[in-house]
Amino acid sequence: MVSILPLSLKNATVERDGKRLLGPVSLDVQAQGLTIVLGPNGAGKSTLLRLMHGLEKPSAGRVRYAVPRREAFAQQAFVFQTPIMLRRTVLGNLSYPLTTHGISRAEAEKHSLTWLKRLGLAGHESQRASLLSGGERQKLALARALIRKPQLLFLDEPCANLDGAATQDIERLICEARDGGTRILMATHDLGQARRLASDVLFLHNGEVLEDSPAESFFEAPQTDAAKAFLKGDLVL
Amino acid sequence: MLEIWLGIKAAFWLVVTLDADLIEIAARSLLVTLSAVAIAAAIALPLGAWLAVGRYRFRRLVIAVLNALMGLPPVVVGLVVYLMLSRSGPFGVMGLLFTPWAMIIAQVIILTPLIASIAHQSIRDLWAEYHDLLISLNTSRGQRIKTLLWDSRRALLTAALAGFGRGIGEVGAIMIVGGNIDHATRVMTTAIALETSKGDFALAIGLGFVLVGLALTVSILIHMLSGTEVRDRW
Repeated sequence: MVSILPLSLKNATVERDGKRLLGPVSLDVQAQGLTIVLGPNGAGKSTLLRLMHGLEKPSAGRVRYAVPRREAFAQQAFVFQTPIMLRRTVLGNLSYPLTTHGISRAEAEKHSLTWLKRLGLAGHESQRASLLSGGERQKLALARALIRKPQLLFLDEPCANLDGAATQDIERLICEARDGGTRILMATHDLGQARRLASDVLFLHNGEVLEDSPAESFFEAPQTDAAKAFLKGDLVL
Repeated sequence: MLEIWLGIKAAFWLVVTLDADLIEIAARSLLVTLSAVAIAAAIALPLGAWLAVGRYRFRRLVIAVLNALMGLPPVVVGLVVYLMLSRSGPFGVMGLLFTPWAMIIAQVIILTPLIASIAHQSIRDLWAEYHDLLISLNTSRGQRIKTLLWDSRRALLTAALAGFGRGIGEVGAIMIVGGNIDHATRVMTTAIALETSKGDFALAIGLGFVLVGLALTVSILIHMLSGTEVRDRW
């Protein structure tokens, strides 16, 4: 399979109603690792992930994958902060990405059932997905994103509002995906989570990427005052 | 008051004795309206979904026109269909005027904008909820429309039932294109209009009660068969 990476952003900006939300951003996402996107509220973390994933169009600059756009988008997935559930059963939600990509329903359901066991949701297959708990819904959303083995996975604060046990389950799935070769970009507020998972860090403030460095050097020796203040837990305005 | 009482009595006897004329008229009413609803829904539901999902020029204008067409006067529809199907009209050669087919065509024209408009509103709300997910899952436009139609099927059933309600009670258009011919194109509404013009209010009211009963029975049956409002279903 041809790799869709590196992903390259050149002076990409996102503006809405005349207001700049992000950029200009120039960076390259290489094929390996787990990048944590850090920054205070309104820094542009979600906008950056949405821009890379094609949910936002750049107002200026460009976003380019190693392969044509259509092929690149077929090999990536996105998990939203608030999981979006189809009005279907748990099994219906999980098998949806498979059936829409040419896999027979029987085969898709068989494969989905093995995933449900892995998620600890066996026995819930006929239940409405919307009736699951917040943690279970987010696990299902993550599994739905991973079930087609994407090369690139975007996670937009997937553990926001989850308790410790649910966060641990989500992090286990994320680590398994990373170890399986999926490139991950994840936005989070949680510094502890960032320290546990990151191989490198993008630090954003006011729509600009202030730091793009390996995790160790970011946490040991941040280069900007805003990053230092953020790591100390100070208010970053 | 006496007429209403006599009407209830007439309705009771018509139903209890399984009056042959009543059965024929009621069956024709159902056949015409259910056929029209099925055809209109087959056009209107994908149209509503397409309008919700698509982004193209004049989209807002099309939606505004569609909403305006919900109030299309049935008599005008009847007149236009009459002119199209009459011997001198473009489709006169087909010989459809004064047949149930002409009545179905007129009803399809009346019901399609109504069903499409209600469907569009329901699907638009669901599309707002699903938008990011379906794009993220790299679905084609056809798959999005299919998903939205399936996942909003309960709301779409309501749209179809609204169409059925309007169709079963329609009189103006089908009177013009059907002609209210006994044993050929007479339906419940045209029969009620005829009995009223003859001054036989008791029978007219009786038929009215039967018509209301018929409409309610079909709606309840469809709801029950589709499992709407059943716990743990959508």
